[in-house]
Amino acid sequence: MTDYNFAYLDEQTKRMIRRAILKGLAIPGYQVPFASREMPMPYGWGTGGVQVSAATLTPEDVFKVIDQGADDTTNAVSIRKFFQATAGVDTTEETDKATVIQTRHRIPEAALNEDQILVYQVPIPEPLRFLEPRETETRKMHSLEEYGLMHVKLYEDIARHGAIATAYAYPVKVEGRYVMDPSPIPKFDNPKMTMPAIQLFGAGREQRIYALPPYTEVVSLDFEDYPFEASKADHSCELCGADDSYLDEVIVDDQGGRIFVCSDTAYCTARQAAQQDTPTPQAQEAAV
Amino acid sequence: MTLQNSSDAFRSEYTDHSAPHPLLRVVDIEKCYGQRIGCTGVNFDLYPGEVMGIVGESGSGKSTLLNCLAGHLEPDQGEVLFDTRDAGLVDTVTMAEPERRMLSRTDWAFVHQHARDGLRMSVSAGGNVGERLMAVGARHYGQIRDEAIDWLGRVEINETRIDDRPSAFSGGMQQRLQIARNLVTGPRLVFMDEPTGGLDVSVQARLLDLLRGLVRQMGLSAIIVTHDLAVVRLLADRLMVMKDGHVVETGLTDQVLDDPQHAYTQLLVSSVLQV
Repeated sequence: MTDYNFAYLDEQTKRMIRRAILKGLAIPGYQVPFASREMPMPYGWGTGGVQVSAATLTPEDVFKVIDQGADDTTNAVSIRKFFQATAGVDTTEETDKATVIQTRHRIPEAALNEDQILVYQVPIPEPLRFLEPRETETRKMHSLEEYGLMHVKLYEDIARHGAIATAYAYPVKVEGRYVMDPSPIPKFDNPKMTMPAIQLFGAGREQRIYALPPYTEVVSLDFEDYPFEASKADHSCELCGADDSYLDEVIVDDQGGRIFVCSDTAYCTARQAAQQDTPTPQAQEAAV
Repeated sequence: MTLQNSSDAFRSEYTDHSAPHPLLRVVDIEKCYGQRIGCTGVNFDLYPGEVMGIVGESGSGKSTLLNCLAGHLEPDQGEVLFDTRDAGLVDTVTMAEPERRMLSRTDWAFVHQHARDGLRMSVSAGGNVGERLMAVGARHYGQIRDEAIDWLGRVEINETRIDDRPSAFSGGMQQRLQIARNLVTGPRLVFMDEPTGGLDVSVQARLLDLLRGLVRQMGLSAIIVTHDLAVVRLLADRLMVMKDGHVVETGLTDQVLDDPQHAYTQLLVSSVLQV
C-alpha cells in the first residue's frame, strides 16, 4: 500500500514517540508524556499500543498481536491486519517467531528472548489514580516516592476480602523506585515481568509511554504477613492439559457446564499439535 | 499585654541559650492576598507540651496563619522554625519539599474543621488510621491493624466499626477518627483548625474531653484555631487574639479571658452568650 507512510504514522510522529520510548527506557517505570495521535480506531482499542508498535516496527520485523492471550479475537485480528496493510510486515501467531508482540492484558506463556519487544496496551497508566484523583498530586507522589497510599489499597483488600483481592493490574515497584501499573495483566503474569525482552507500555488516551529494559527488577507490592501470590484457576487446560498456564473459564452450554482452557492460544495450539505427533504420555512431556 | 515586638527585638531575646528549647518558633510571618492582608507581624514561640489557642472573628487571619505554619500556604515573609529530631531548629518555609512533607506525615498532624477534608471517605476506618503508618514504611498487615484497633479504642470508636467507611459514621465519630488518624504516628505538634466546629454541644464536650486527655497523656504541643472561647478555656495554656490580620493581644488563657486589655478582646469576651 503506497498511500500510507510505513506503519501508518508519519516519520516526525514516530521520532517523537521513539524519543518518549528512549526516555522511558532510561527511567524504568516513569510515565513519559507524549503527543498521542488520533488513530483510525476508538480509544480503548489499543491506540497507545498501536502507536508504540508503529514507532518500533521495521520492515524486517515479524509481528504478532494477542488480545487476552488469543491471536484470533477481534481486537488482535484487526490490529494485525492494520499493520499488514500499512507496513507490509510479516505476521505470525507463534510467539518464538515474532520480533514485536503487541499485547492486551497478557504476557505470552512461552519465555521471550532478548531479540523480542513486547508492547502493552494500557488503559490507565497511573497506578494511584483511583486513590488520588489529582494528576498534580500523583506526579508529586511519584517524584517524592510517596507510595504509602498504594498499600492502603492492598490493606482495604485484605480488610474486606480476607486476602489481597486485586487480581489484575496488580501494582509493582520497578528497580526499587517507581510504582507502576503493569496494565491489566493478571497477577499470574507479574513474576514474568523480569524478562530478557524489552517491554514498552503505551496509553493513547492518557498520552503516556513507559518502559522496562531487559532484566529490570519488578517486584509486586505486598505485606510481610500477606505475601504476593501469582494466582490462577485451580484446573488444567481442557484442550492441551497444561497445568502451568493461565486459564480462561468458558461456559459451554446453558446447563452450567464450563471448561477451563489456556488463554494463550498459540501456546495451547502448539501443545495440542505436539501431542498429536507424539501420542505416548512420556513423549508428550518431553515435547513440552 | 499587647505584643507588637519588632522581629529584631524578638530574635535578640532568644539568643540566650540557657532558655529551654522551643519546639516551634514563628518569626515575623506575613501573608498577603494581593492588596489584602491575610496575617502580618506574627511572632511567637511554642514550647514542648504547650497548647496555644488562636482566637478571633471570621476573616481575622487565623486560618491563614495556621496554614502558613503547617506548610499548606507559603508565607510572603518570615520564618517558621521547627525543632527537628536530627538537625534542631530548621526553617520549614525554605526547607526542601520532601522533608517538609515527611514532617507533615510524622512529627506534625493537622486536624481539619471538616472531617471530610482530612479523611479518605472511600477507605475504611482502619485504612484511614493505617495510612500514615504505611506512609512511613509499615508493611505488616497484622501490626497495622492492631495499631488501628488500639487507636480507635483511644478515640472511643468501637472496634467493630474498623471496616466501616467514614461515610457511615456520625459527624462526631468522623472527627474522632480524623484525630486518631493524625495521632497514630505519635506527632509532636498538632495543628487544629476549629476541631469542634459544626458539632452539637454534647458531642463537642466529649471531643474536647478526649482531646484534653490525649494532649496531656502524649505531651503534645498543639496550636488550636477557633472562634469558640470555651474551647480555648478548656484546652489552651496560652492565647493569641487576632483581628484584621494582626495579633492584638497574647497571654495566659485565663489572664486574657478574665482580664482582657484590648478593646477587641473585651468585645469578644463579652459577646459570649450565657446560658
